[in-house]
Amino acid sequence: MQPTTLKHTPFYEFHRAAGAKLVDFAGFEMPVRYTGDVREHQAVRTSAGLFDISHMGEFDVRGPGGAEFLDQLLTNDVAALEVGQALYSPMCRPDAGIVDDLLVYRYDDHFMVVVNASNIAKDFEWMAQHKPASVSFEDHSDRTALLAVQGPKAADILREHVPEAVLELGYYRFTTGLLFGIPATISRTGYTGEDGFELYFAPEHGDRVWEGLIEAGRPHELELIGLGARDTLRLEMGYMLYGNDIDDGTTPLEAGLGWTVKLKKHEFHGKAVLEKQKTDGLKRRLVGIQLDGRRVLRHGMTLTCSDRDVGVVTSGTFSPSLERPIGMGYVESGAAAIGTALEVQAGSNSLPARVTARPFYTRGTHRS
Amino acid sequence: MEYPEELRYTREHEWAREEAGVITVGITSYATDQLGDIVFVELPEPGRKIEVGKTFGVVEAVKTVSDLYAPLAGEVFEVNSQLTDNPAAVNQDPYGEGWMIKLRPSDPSAFAKLLSHVDYEKLIEEHRA
Repeated sequence: MQPTTLKHTPFYEFHRAAGAKLVDFAGFEMPVRYTGDVREHQAVRTSAGLFDISHMGEFDVRGPGGAEFLDQLLTNDVAALEVGQALYSPMCRPDAGIVDDLLVYRYDDHFMVVVNASNIAKDFEWMAQHKPASVSFEDHSDRTALLAVQGPKAADILREHVPEAVLELGYYRFTTGLLFGIPATISRTGYTGEDGFELYFAPEHGDRVWEGLIEAGRPHELELIGLGARDTLRLEMGYMLYGNDIDDGTTPLEAGLGWTVKLKKHEFHGKAVLEKQKTDGLKRRLVGIQLDGRRVLRHGMTLTCSDRDVGVVTSGTFSPSLERPIGMGYVESGAAAIGTALEVQAGSNSLPARVTARPFYTRGTHRS
Repeated sequence: MEYPEELRYTREHEWAREEAGVITVGITSYATDQLGDIVFVELPEPGRKIEVGKTFGVVEAVKTVSDLYAPLAGEVFEVNSQLTDNPAAVNQDPYGEGWMIKLRPSDPSAFAKLLSHVDYEKLIEEHRA
């Protein structure tokens, strides 16, 4: 059998040269770790980290009716978005199951939608199906390089290499301008809980931007960060990972994403089901889970309460910042109150756990 | 990646060292590289009898969990209690400070039947191919 050919981002050779351990992630050969998960994690919490996230998908939405089109598909309020602002939103099916969670950027003449790598084809098909004739819609994922610089030193690293306006950006705001002399979209966004930026630019300039960042980052202890630490960082913040914590079978309200569901909007996919869930109450909820001891929660472990199955773990890891296992999972609403004592079934062991508030880590430097 | 030649190996990436009839067991640098940062090691109580190929403990890394398999049958008489407070020793020094258990083998001749470092390196090459 021929092995499947994995796609490479523009930074693949840099990852290899840095000695990264590479894995298949959503069809891309991506760095999971360079030096060590814990060291990389701590670098982002205390100084700064550089992430290659070029595997993510980018779509452009243009033409009259673009905002209405997105508002029909997304639960959050796209019409209210200002030019230069980005928005996080679930995209739901009519039954309120989540097709994907994504970012929408509003430019003066179009929108950019940023989706999970694992969902590029699915999202494109879904959105194309629902697109009115007046809207043009294009996948430019292969023509977009995306890097994230995250951590308390992120602004210091970029300071001399971006327009001043970048340093003034509020959280979830963006601007366009030159990044190391290369045209780019720069947003104050991220998936770590720290201050930081996401940088979109043409892949042919990949070397120049990467090398520029490494050079500018040297005095600020910038480290390369793999997908391993990306996962521990996001989980400490309680952020969703599509395919683990949310999917076609979960709704935004069950996932605790009520703040992204604007039921006052006119009509949108999933509205009726979400309204009903809100009125009738939820059968299950995504909660934070904390374990004593050092056995680690993992995706798929059963959660019990007094020997009765009440749910399942969707994400779990060892938190490098808190030095203890943390996770998330869906539990029956009756077991979802903070402080509820649960057990996690880990192989032959039944481990005491309890429902805990998210985020787990509350000392991040991100601006909200 | 180094695989000391005086050690013997298993297909599940444990190593075994024989000294005066005592077998010390740990996991290889290939295993620690695959697992990433190890945050917890669960080991048996001294006195427990373990069977060849059966699990005798668990290593938890940040990203994943893995069972530990006994390279030889025997009785565990000492475990590395330093790993409770410093599981990272397994990453830092897998063949030294990161050892896991010492056992008295029920069949001392079984040691010689484990994989040599040459065979183990071949196995790793196959994994990588």
